[in-house]
Amino acid sequence: MNLRKTLQKTRDNFSKKLRNLFGKRDPKALVDFENLLIESDFGVDTAVSLVGTLEKTTPENYLSSLKKELINILNVSVGGNDYTKPIVELYVGVNGVGKTTTIGKRGWTLHGEGKKVLLASGDTFRTGAVEQLSKWGERINSDVVQSGYGADPAAVCFDAVDAAVAREIDYVLIDTAGRLHTRNDLMEEMKKIKKVLKRKREDLPQETILVVDGTTGQNALQQAKQFNEAIGITGIALTKLDGTAKGGIVVSIVNDIGIPVKYIGIGEEKGDLIPFSAEDFVTAILEE
Amino acid sequence: MFDKLGERLKNIARNLSGKGRLSASQVKESMRDIRRALLEADVNLNVAQDFVSEVENEAVARKIYDSFTPAETIIQIVGEKLIGLIGKAEPLVLDKQPSSILLVGLQGSGKTTTAIKLGIFLKSKGKNPFLIPADVKRPAAFEQLRDMAERENLPYFSERLDNEVKLCKQALSRSVLKRYDTLIFDTAGRLHIDIEMLKQIKQIKETVNPSEILLVADSMTGQDAVNIAQEFENALGITGIILTKMDGDARGGAALSMRKVTGKPIKFIGIGEKVDALEVLHPERLASRILGMGDLKTLQEKAEKAVEKEEVEKFQKKIQEGKLDLEDFLGQIKQLKRIGPLDALLDMFPGGKGLKKMMDEKQMVRTEAIIQSMTPKERQNPSILDSSRRKRIASGSGTSVQDINRLLKEFKMAQKLLKQMKGRGGPAALSSFFR
Repeated sequence: MNLRKTLQKTRDNFSKKLRNLFGKRDPKALVDFENLLIESDFGVDTAVSLVGTLEKTTPENYLSSLKKELINILNVSVGGNDYTKPIVELYVGVNGVGKTTTIGKRGWTLHGEGKKVLLASGDTFRTGAVEQLSKWGERINSDVVQSGYGADPAAVCFDAVDAAVAREIDYVLIDTAGRLHTRNDLMEEMKKIKKVLKRKREDLPQETILVVDGTTGQNALQQAKQFNEAIGITGIALTKLDGTAKGGIVVSIVNDIGIPVKYIGIGEEKGDLIPFSAEDFVTAILEE
Repeated sequence: MFDKLGERLKNIARNLSGKGRLSASQVKESMRDIRRALLEADVNLNVAQDFVSEVENEAVARKIYDSFTPAETIIQIVGEKLIGLIGKAEPLVLDKQPSSILLVGLQGSGKTTTAIKLGIFLKSKGKNPFLIPADVKRPAAFEQLRDMAERENLPYFSERLDNEVKLCKQALSRSVLKRYDTLIFDTAGRLHIDIEMLKQIKQIKETVNPSEILLVADSMTGQDAVNIAQEFENALGITGIILTKMDGDARGGAALSMRKVTGKPIKFIGIGEKVDALEVLHPERLASRILGMGDLKTLQEKAEKAVEKEEVEKFQKKIQEGKLDLEDFLGQIKQLKRIGPLDALLDMFPGGKGLKKMMDEKQMVRTEAIIQSMTPKERQNPSILDSSRRKRIASGSGTSVQDINRLLKEFKMAQKLLKQMKGRGGPAALSSFFR
């Protein structure tokens, strides 16, 4: 599925309304514009601030300045990618956001690029999590490092890195248990995973990806803040954008915390995880 | 950070204390605050706007502009309306033999975990539940349900079929043989706009003829909750909502939206990963959560304060008539103690310095004790207090006759002060201070 097609519903709801509003060439339309942003989960603060940006321009320039501003916010420069093998990507997030599926899809992409991928199941809590990841392993022809139910997830990660070095693996994708950011014990467990990886090699993990459900509302900002504070997030994977949700909260997250969106999930198929480009995304949402 | 509605309302109350009646702009401002707080709790925009205008209408109907306790009245209305909107806890309807419960919802909303929790809940109610892993799509969905069911000693349908509809049909006939009375179907996660998947769930519905179709929804869901609920309602006709992951810090405003657009009750709330972490709905608790208040007690206390409005009015009338007695004095001292630090307040008050000594917090305790040791007759008419009565009161309140003399002198002063202030807008200022 391509981005344009997937975001069809979003465009129907958002872009059409927006064009209608801005088509009036009337500053009064900004009130409705603010409401439209709120309905798209941008949150009151971000909505007010975007309205403020448009107030500085004339109605005929609303669309172009909105586009410019959104791209400006979402375009966070990312550091160099000259990582040393193995590249370890740690996936974290609250329950049910799509961590395992995202990893499966990411593995699929890397596999398609001819990379050697190892999956590690750091979710030793949820029953079926290991099986779910193993099924993805079969699909993309990758080994899966795992341990029993209730095992120490940090130990699984430790073993995974050893295995990756021994097998000359390019990418290690680590799945972790879903945890609410309000659970101190589980946040500590996650810190330990990171610490163990660091002890293995100082530059590990090169990526710590927070998976955020695109249908989440204002709570996503809290999630991002808390996870970032606990272990330092390097990127966001925004999932489930194939519905009618607009995922507007991601603009607040990027704006507030300065973490870039790296991937967006737009479906359940293997190829439905695409690298995020602010330019393409904003264009896909705003175009007719 | 999120400003919590509870705190905002308390701020409104604080800002208004001592200011007397509300202005139209203050009402507008507090309505804006309420709207914003609801939006920050992920209540849908339209739902929030409707809610706020209802609150405003009701506030006007309750004569908010004439109220001496406007903030409390607004809080009371918000609480009432919110609890009304959330609705009552409604039990599961299990009217068939066996009864089927269909769990539906988006991916990752928590259906499988909820299925297990429901199984345990029903078992504890003396039912004989049977779990059916009807999700053949997500990898290892079967294993997840199987492992959890085995751990909790719950029977489940263990046959593997590629076709969900056939699977459900077979499970149903199995349950009759085995005499299970309640069937819980854990269906695949599906988007509310996935036409193929909705067609499939409709077929499942036709096959199992469920007593309950429960939409399992993540409490962290944003504005899209209305679309999700509406589409599932349109496609299937749901019978209720289960709100999951409420053990986090999501405010759960989405529940309000879903309830409003479907009119269907919120039946359960998931509050953790533990298998027994499932609660029936407590409307007050959910209302407090959405408002961002620790509990609704505060809200109730505020509401009770509004009842005291009548007392305040009675008091003001007495002041205007110059008929203030020690009984009123005692009532006011009790109210004053609730307001908190008095010094700052008294300084703002005309003639407050004279009263300050009398209102000294330690002194107040003594004053209260003295007045409480008086008979009602003495309180209403202090002039009858002769030396023998004073002696009796002193020993009764653990004070001295000098203390009583001092109080009576001060009381006379206050009465005089009130008379002086009469006709200068004084009583209004005083009564608002005494509120």
